[in-house]
Amino acid sequence: MSGNQAAAEAIRQINPDVIAAFPITPSTEIPQYVSAFKADGLIDTEFIAVESEHSAMSACIGASAAGVRAMTATSSAGMALMYEMLYVAASDRLPIVLAAVNRALTGPININADHSDSMGARDSGWIQLYCENAQEAYDNLIMANRIAEHPDVMLPIMICQDGFITSHGIENIVIEDDSEVRTFVGEYRPGKYLLNPSESLAVGPYSVSPYVIEMKRAVHEAMVKAKDIVRLVSEDFGRAFGREYGFMERYRMDDAEYAVLLMSSAAGTGKDAIDALRDKGVKAGLVKLRMFRPFPARELADVLKRLKAIAIMDRSDGFSATGGPLNAEVRAALYGEADVKATGYIYGLGGRDVRVEDFFAIFDDLSGLAAGRELPYCRYIGVRE
Amino acid sequence: MNVMNEKKNLMEGIDERSSWRDVTPGGFVYGSGNSEYFNTGDWRTRTPVWKPDNCRQCLLCFPVCPDSSIPVYDGKRGDFDFGHCKGCAICAKICPFGAIDVISGSAGAQGSMK
Ligand code: SF4
Ligand code: SF4
Repeated sequence: MSGNQAAAEAIRQINPDVIAAFPITPSTEIPQYVSAFKADGLIDTEFIAVESEHSAMSACIGASAAGVRAMTATSSAGMALMYEMLYVAASDRLPIVLAAVNRALTGPININADHSDSMGARDSGWIQLYCENAQEAYDNLIMANRIAEHPDVMLPIMICQDGFITSHGIENIVIEDDSEVRTFVGEYRPGKYLLNPSESLAVGPYSVSPYVIEMKRAVHEAMVKAKDIVRLVSEDFGRAFGREYGFMERYRMDDAEYAVLLMSSAAGTGKDAIDALRDKGVKAGLVKLRMFRPFPARELADVLKRLKAIAIMDRSDGFSATGGPLNAEVRAALYGEADVKATGYIYGLGGRDVRVEDFFAIFDDLSGLAAGRELPYCRYIGVRE
Repeated sequence: MNVMNEKKNLMEGIDERSSWRDVTPGGFVYGSGNSEYFNTGDWRTRTPVWKPDNCRQCLLCFPVCPDSSIPVYDGKRGDFDFGHCKGCAICAKICPFGAIDVISGSAGAQGSMK
């Protein structure tokens, strides 16, 4: 089953009230499968075939404000076209679920994987979970509604998988029993909602400056609380289905001296490289960050502080001239907490493969860094020099 | 008219002094018809003046007021609601009997604010 199929299967089991989506490679298949489920009578979701992603997110906002579960899927430029409404969804505190399939943002036009699309939405107030493979895409989607809809949270959530590598790669995955998933996900009981005949309500009103900062402060608080809720829902998921999820996965980290930190599908290649390095006696490990929003700064610092050197790998360039967003945020998390030598890499843009050899080169760099060699704050890897 | 006065203001107690903890989630506004609680009258730079002696109670003015600022009780108009009148002077223009003058300034801005 591909990552897109896995996402669609999760959506079939969740059976949301509304899906509003517009096709864009590589996430197109998700709404396509869902509309087939609808045609086959497997779900009773209202499928809204909108004319753009801006409309898709707007329709989700309307549906969610009305008081129902709303979901969508998108990629790349489609997500960029949603940006305006992503902020509205978060500010309106609407627990919309977005199945994101990461693809490079256009410029130059390209359809392959990198994280520039969802990284552009990192400050929007959406929770973001990143997935290594189809199983994780499925599992995280099953958890998504409960995280987003928790009364302490009430924030939208995007579940990100890598375009083509995960979305179109075929793997064996475990699909849980429909009724068990439905029991786990549960019913959505909105607090205040527009279609409540006994209460009138206005959603998304203009907010004058005496209120905006208070509303943002409330979103900030919800994001702080979301950490606990992601933990609780993940623990519950582990009890129900036997697969454990934390804020990050630590691979061979117990006695590691050097580690790479990254997100999503490249972790698979990284683990292969680490197994090979371990065979040669290199104390290599890998940290795969699952939760980018909220950002688990303290927990990351705890995991990284014992290491001699780390490599922080971004699948998008923030064009700050100092590297990508992960590089900046992980270093910020370490500042004042841990004195670990670090260097950043930009890799995999526009679907460029990251290879086992690239990881070997990175671990070579790390042992040099630990031995006192000067390395740049951030540089590209897998690029033709 | 003025049914609002009988309704409970569900946003009571939430104002520009409220903590972020008390501002409604998402900035939702509870209840309806609550523009009454928003004093727009102080935006006014011109002010209509009703001259009851000239007024024939033809009631052409109240339906054209964009701000529902001409109250009608028992089939007769009363004085302007200066808490909300924005001084557009449409009422003065429509009045066939010269019963509404318009003066400059925001006189009475706090006048009949409920
Ligand atoms: S001046 Fe305009 S707002 Fe004021 S009462 Fe007349 S029509 Fe209404
Ligand atoms: S239009 Fe003039 S005359 Fe008629 S009710 Fe209004 S103020 Fe009186």
